[in-house]
Amino acid sequence: MSQRPLHIIGKARRRVDGRAKVSGETRFADDLILPRMLFCRLLRSPLPHARIVSIDVSRAQALPGVHLVLTGADLPTTFGILPVSQDEHALCLDKVRFVGDPVAAVIAQTELLAEEALALINVKYEPLTTIASPEEALAQSEPRIHDYGDSGNIHKSVAMSFGSVEQGFAEADHIFDDTFSYAGNTHLPLETHAAVAALDPDGKLTIWSSTQTPHYVHRSIAKVLALPPSRVRVIATPQGGGFGGKTDPFNHEIVICKAALVTGRPVKICLSREEVFYCHRGRHPVLMRLRCGVKQDGTLTALHLQTLLDGGAYGSYGVASTFYTGALQTVTYHLPSYRFEGCRVFTNKPPCGPKRGHGTVQPRFGQEVQLDKIAVALGLDPAELRLRIVEKPGALTANFLKIRTIGLAECIRSVVRRSGWADKHRKLPYGRGVGIACSSYLSGAGMPIYYNDMAHSGVQLKLDRSGLVTAFCGAAEVGQGSDDVLCASVAEVLGVEIADVKVVTGDTDLSPVDLGSYSSRVTLMMGNAAIQAAERARELVAGPVAAKLGVPVEQLVFSHGRVFPAAAPETGMSFREAVIIAEAVHGTLGTTGSYKPPKPAALFKGGGVGPSPTYSYTAAVIEVEVDPDTGWLHIEKIWIAHDIGRALNPTLTRGQVEGSVYMGLGEALMEEQAFRRLPPKLSGALVHRTPSILEYKSLTSLEMPDIDTELIEDPDPSGPFGGKEVGQGPLLPIMPALANAIFDAVGVRIDEVPITPEKILKGLANLQAGKPARVGPKGFPTVPYPEPLQVPTPWQGGDGRAVNDAVRSKDKRAKNV
Amino acid sequence: MLRLPNFTLLQPQTLSEALALLAVDPHNTAILAGGTDLLPNMKRRQQTPRRLISLRHVSELHKLAVSDAEIRIGGAVRLRAIEDAPIIAEEALALRQAVSQIATVHIRGTATLGGNLCLDTRCDYYNQSEPWRQAIGYCKKKDGDICWVATSSPRCLAVSSTDAAPALMALDAKVQLRSVRGDRELSLSDLYHNDGIHYLTKRPDELLTQVRIPRRPGLRSAYWKLRRRGAFDFPLLGVAVAVQLDEEGLVRDARLALGAVSSQPILVEEAGKRLIGQELTNDQIDEVADAAYSLAKPMDHADMSLSYRKGMVRSLVRSALREVRGDDIAADRQRLMRMLG
Amino acid sequence: MKQPISLIVNGERHDTLCTPNLTLLEVLRENLQLTGTKHGCELGECGACAVLLGEEPVLSCLVLAMECDGLPITTVEGMKRGAELHPLQAAFADHGAAQCGYCTPGILVTAKALLDRNPSPTRTEVREALSGNLCRCTGYLQIFEAVEAAAGILREEKQ
Repeated sequence: MSQRPLHIIGKARRRVDGRAKVSGETRFADDLILPRMLFCRLLRSPLPHARIVSIDVSRAQALPGVHLVLTGADLPTTFGILPVSQDEHALCLDKVRFVGDPVAAVIAQTELLAEEALALINVKYEPLTTIASPEEALAQSEPRIHDYGDSGNIHKSVAMSFGSVEQGFAEADHIFDDTFSYAGNTHLPLETHAAVAALDPDGKLTIWSSTQTPHYVHRSIAKVLALPPSRVRVIATPQGGGFGGKTDPFNHEIVICKAALVTGRPVKICLSREEVFYCHRGRHPVLMRLRCGVKQDGTLTALHLQTLLDGGAYGSYGVASTFYTGALQTVTYHLPSYRFEGCRVFTNKPPCGPKRGHGTVQPRFGQEVQLDKIAVALGLDPAELRLRIVEKPGALTANFLKIRTIGLAECIRSVVRRSGWADKHRKLPYGRGVGIACSSYLSGAGMPIYYNDMAHSGVQLKLDRSGLVTAFCGAAEVGQGSDDVLCASVAEVLGVEIADVKVVTGDTDLSPVDLGSYSSRVTLMMGNAAIQAAERARELVAGPVAAKLGVPVEQLVFSHGRVFPAAAPETGMSFREAVIIAEAVHGTLGTTGSYKPPKPAALFKGGGVGPSPTYSYTAAVIEVEVDPDTGWLHIEKIWIAHDIGRALNPTLTRGQVEGSVYMGLGEALMEEQAFRRLPPKLSGALVHRTPSILEYKSLTSLEMPDIDTELIEDPDPSGPFGGKEVGQGPLLPIMPALANAIFDAVGVRIDEVPITPEKILKGLANLQAGKPARVGPKGFPTVPYPEPLQVPTPWQGGDGRAVNDAVRSKDKRAKNV
Repeated sequence: MLRLPNFTLLQPQTLSEALALLAVDPHNTAILAGGTDLLPNMKRRQQTPRRLISLRHVSELHKLAVSDAEIRIGGAVRLRAIEDAPIIAEEALALRQAVSQIATVHIRGTATLGGNLCLDTRCDYYNQSEPWRQAIGYCKKKDGDICWVATSSPRCLAVSSTDAAPALMALDAKVQLRSVRGDRELSLSDLYHNDGIHYLTKRPDELLTQVRIPRRPGLRSAYWKLRRRGAFDFPLLGVAVAVQLDEEGLVRDARLALGAVSSQPILVEEAGKRLIGQELTNDQIDEVADAAYSLAKPMDHADMSLSYRKGMVRSLVRSALREVRGDDIAADRQRLMRMLG
Repeated sequence: MKQPISLIVNGERHDTLCTPNLTLLEVLRENLQLTGTKHGCELGECGACAVLLGEEPVLSCLVLAMECDGLPITTVEGMKRGAELHPLQAAFADHGAAQCGYCTPGILVTAKALLDRNPSPTRTEVREALSGNLCRCTGYLQIFEAVEAAAGILREEKQ
């Protein structure tokens, strides 16, 4: 086929689902109303850690209007997102692990009645010692919150060494040793989780759910309910925000499926805002220590990173989160040697999991603030320091991550230029300052969540004589615009209008598998699959059309809803006429496309976390004003540049950048998943401090500063039309850039997130008292990390395997963690 | 979805009808003025009245009137109406500044002045759902017998969170309370008790019908509020001042009130004593700020640390006094409160 | 005991039965099946359930339905002009002001109230007017731009 300029991709455009969203017609899960629908409410544990002695549901069961009461015994099979942590029950079976853990479910005629019936359930508990913090989890191996994991209350402890950090430190002119902490925070999607389950007329089970991962929910429901997956249909409804909070299979989804099977009636559940705080799966609180060796000119020689994650009560994505805290340090700046040790512990709090930037946000904060400290110590401009050490395109890093395109230097130059950095850094009057930070993120995880050799994303196209092209894909529309990417990719390749393509997504019965909306994978993976399917469809149509027109296939152009020879456009025909010709020749027209990421170069255990088809890069400058009397912060402006490869729809990509900045700024300034522990003698309760949208502080329109965004577009051959991720990466530089700006403004280091006025005043008071002007963790505890895997770097001739892993060296295949 | 329990809704058309209904079973009855505080509390089962008396149709309570001597605001006048009334901006700026910072645009269109003055005291251990409160074993204010804020405290320490009250205290306002038994008028300070449970001196059968603000020529007033965000949040500290200066710039009268630092709004009597007859110098301002600081007793039951909130008393008192002195600190106001325009 | 009430929703009279404890939000979504109005907390802490009561944006989760008997209510469903989007709706769709779209109905009616009152709001006035509506996706800036773009179109329409 003849090449032509892009018509749709790269142009700002109303998203394909835009009209529905502004007219109130988008049907979210709680908007579904089915005849004879019943309502479910969950009874949740009031104790942080206890054995369930008995549950008496008889009074609730007897209440008129109550149709069903379920307890753990009704759903004894465990589930969980990762194969290695199948540690959840739909309803707690023998013990509860945090305040909010679901214990029983009531299904009743109305939601209010179900709620009232919960009070009639009598649960007897035998309290167990509560583990409230990572320090307590390390110190107390008993009682164990779970009877699996590495030991005691340590869920997962990992260590890996790439090259020799000892040698790296020996070659360094300076060694910087810093500790940082990052508070937990949560996604706070405006839509609370909701789902409806019902039996189809043919007896099969369907669930509509606000989930980012219909495929994984499908697997979990089939597993727990012991149903063949072919008899379970999961439909991901459009979501009112996810941000990673709806990527796990959840208790309530399984419970209502069971209830629909038992009652034979549709059952709806819509979680309260408080319950969403208990579902959580948000940002892990992480304590970090970074030791970094540097030469006088800023060249890095070694990095030793240690992390300690407070995982909460369940596994969730935690094993992956743990690896992610150590995965991406190497992809921004060249590191000749690197050691990573990570440990996740269980505590009696809602489970942590993946939130926008999954696991990489916390160490990125530490790394970028430490670089600022390094620049100060070496007398270098922090932007210049970063430019000196930026990793090279095509590099294979110390930990065997393959870099493709890298626009980080362009990003840095862009924000430096636009912010007037040279005239501001260390030059603004006291109280005002600028800070810079960079980041990188995956364009999709290189490995699936459960090990398999199949495609990560599939797209199916149906074309017929109407001229309509229907694109089917399992991807879930979280609000990020995945439906638009699918539609635009197909329309672009086939040269038709957006309006001539219809998308059917997120439906496990109808659409081919896509693994879900996480790890910034959808645009790249679904986009590539869509292009492949569309190119195949184009070939299918082109053959008969070329024959009919008597021109070589290579000369045909698909553009503006027409198919024609490049040399004689007037002799062509409409796309619809072309399809009719093709349908007459081939019969029913359909194609498929699929995408599977390249095999990772990392073959060591844990090497499955970090590889990606390509990485996005971001740099940000923040200008801040600090009031030294009150510690109050005012963000003047944020300049950000993001290496996106190509912006498929600039309106949406800008929205992803600004939305990431917003969320990062909220984390930087105020968002915190905080807990209260009451005196053990009196209560011992360990509760979420304020599980409400009022007291979990997020930015309003009044706190949002202006953002100046530039997209760096250097098409990456691995991405669809050259595109890379944009949904998560731009969040990462915000917290460290703010911390660095505050240092520039008032000379205080805040080595913690969130950065509050209280902490700034504390830092200023330290400064005045002649103490180090720093607020942050005092030290890093002794963590029993295992002996590290020794992996020789590529420049040491390494082949991606550890030299001291007896098990792995026999198994040539790289498995996921 | 969080839902309200069942109750009886009474919708009187006149004040006398409302008072008569209230007299029937006052302890099990709540007044539904705007409902923006009552209804969330009922959804969380913190408050469980069996009867609600709506003031929506009681037109006597919806009037904002001005006479030569005073501004009279009906108890059910909506906050938005106060925000939009030119007379309030001209003569009772502290009230406008306070009211325009309450909650959100939407809530101000529903909430009333009487409702804000009678706002239930707040506490992180109390403004929670029934299951959450069960998880801590409840607290003194509702269903329990201990105050978790200070476990040895003999009384509930929930915090007064009205923005309007300190502003009206500084403006020397009075409130009218009516019941079938008769009327009485109180200075605003006398409306409150320093007790998180019994925070009002208003009797259950009484209705707050009117607020009366004396008109004082040349009065300058201001309200400064501390909270994390520029919208939604209840005050972590409110500082209201009203000052009259004579021709020489000496203080003729000064009133300073603090909100959100105890279970009642506090009138800082020291301020008047120190400032009357004096110039508003920085030294005078600092002394008043110190006096206010020593009176403030924030507790660990709200956003931000209590030491920070206490420390901010000095800053905000200074800012408020400097503002009424005529210093141009609009930028500070805008930065701190994200108050626009 | 259920009692009859009449709500004038988007210019149409709806007679329905309700108990005193039902909020306007519940009656709109569940009795009338007008699910365009969303809910994120039901406690007045997010703005997602905003509707217009008369001209005023209010939170439907904090208003009793029986208190709205006979009053005119506007929801997002009432904004369209026949099959055409209201200029605010079109601008929101075109400027990326709706990502997940869940806060959008509440913001749209709130913005409508603003523009009905103030046809040429400054950026500051837009920020202030929308400060009671949380959005977790956009970072607000594209919302501000959409409101300003719609204001321009509405002003042109009037001329």
